[in-house]
Amino acid sequence: MKLTDLTRRAGEWLRGAGPMHDVVISSRIRLARNLAGMPFLSRCAPAQQEELANRLRDTILEAKIAPGMLYVDIVSAGELDRELLVERHLISRQQAEAKHPCGVAVNADEDLAIMVNEEDHLRIQVLRSGLQLSETIGKIMQVDDTLEEHMDFAFHSRFGYLTACPSNVGTGLRVSVMLHLPALKMTGEVEKAFRAASDMHLAIRGLYGEGTEASGDFFQVSNQTTIGKTEERIVEEFCEQIIPNFIDYERRARESLLSRRCSAVEDKIFRSVSLLRSARLIGSDETMYLLSLVRMGVHMGKVKDIDLKTINELFLLTQPAHLQRILNRTMEPPERSEARAEFIRRRLGAT
Amino acid sequence: MTFKCDKCDKPATIHLTEIVDGQKTEKHLCEDCAVTEGITVKTNLPISQLLEDFVLQTSSSVEASQELNCDVCGLTYEQFREQTLLGCPNDYEAFAPVLGPLLERAQEGATQHIGKVPHRAGNDQKKQNAILRIRAELKGAIAAEDYERAAALRDQIKELENT
Repeated sequence: MKLTDLTRRAGEWLRGAGPMHDVVISSRIRLARNLAGMPFLSRCAPAQQEELANRLRDTILEAKIAPGMLYVDIVSAGELDRELLVERHLISRQQAEAKHPCGVAVNADEDLAIMVNEEDHLRIQVLRSGLQLSETIGKIMQVDDTLEEHMDFAFHSRFGYLTACPSNVGTGLRVSVMLHLPALKMTGEVEKAFRAASDMHLAIRGLYGEGTEASGDFFQVSNQTTIGKTEERIVEEFCEQIIPNFIDYERRARESLLSRRCSAVEDKIFRSVSLLRSARLIGSDETMYLLSLVRMGVHMGKVKDIDLKTINELFLLTQPAHLQRILNRTMEPPERSEARAEFIRRRLGAT
Repeated sequence: MTFKCDKCDKPATIHLTEIVDGQKTEKHLCEDCAVTEGITVKTNLPISQLLEDFVLQTSSSVEASQELNCDVCGLTYEQFREQTLLGCPNDYEAFAPVLGPLLERAQEGATQHIGKVPHRAGNDQKKQNAILRIRAELKGAIAAEDYERAAALRDQIKELENT
């Protein structure tokens, strides 16, 4: 598999319509792991970092974790490819900007990514569409078991798996569920929901994780507590309590909008459809905003001639790096706005 | 269109539209003012902040903790404070006097791992963790007044301890 093969389609997490897809976009779990007997990355000399990157790459590729594993060396990859991997949620923004030897291994289904030399030696990630946390935890534990057959991870009887930042120590496990909450945003209740989440020791972040502002209608909810609970318990809390509550709030907000402000909501939705089908210049933020409303319109049964798959794909393919890769040319923002508008019109069957 | 915060001159990032009895009011606030107004809460307290708070609160520990350093990777407490990243696995031992209380604050009071144990870790460690895990369940069972289950869990602990 080559990196260019990825661009033409959306990753698994956007392709499918997983369970609860009206509200839940994707389920992600990541594990932080470090090799025993090695300093953490920030204390490694450059030569050690290189040795680590090579050793981890070889081990991952030889361990036959999943078919068609692709390894991308981040530093030698071009800027556009690094950006592409960030847009696809396969590496973090932090890693895309790294200058030290690091990389990412991705499987053919693109639901598994193993970042090498990020903040920790290894960051294993499994990403699925919709609410699929039990499948996700099952898969990631399998990958962890396989990797463990080939290397020793730093572990402490009291503190558990040892990580570079104490905020990940213990299980090293971070669950992040990406939610689409347009109705809660519209009714202004989203802040209330977040306040409740914060009381439950959860972090709310934007679309692209740590350090990104929760903008638009997409939010990532993740656990902040990584020690003192089993991996299963952390996941259970999300499946049984946290996420069902968010789904319930959002669905109720949608119902209430429909019963109390139906024409206002329809107006917003159908204006968005028209704008997407007729704009000649459009930026990625506006695209995101309009697609979000259309997505809600599809789930409300208002928009019938656009399917969810097309919308999900457009979310990804209209982002700067994807757009440039698909159209096979580098473009400055003004030129991109024009190309983006044309791309969207085609996909939505307009002229 | 960008708005300035209603309370100060910083750019507003929180926009709130409230409709009360058909009356629409709009609020535009910056993050800090939104927190003061009680509209948002800072959801993600960085560990560096926790660390600082902790150090300020327990002034007696300041001097002691400043002398801490790791003889394996050479990291000093000052460096850890600045980067909030540890340098090597041994730091968890070297900085344990500070990390224990810090984790307690950052991690809902827990400082003991009860989850997965690597296969290669000694059986003893696995057993210890199994016992800890059952103890945590036991606590839940007692809180839920499920005494039958609590008794069964106690037996399990005894059995594990005797093997």
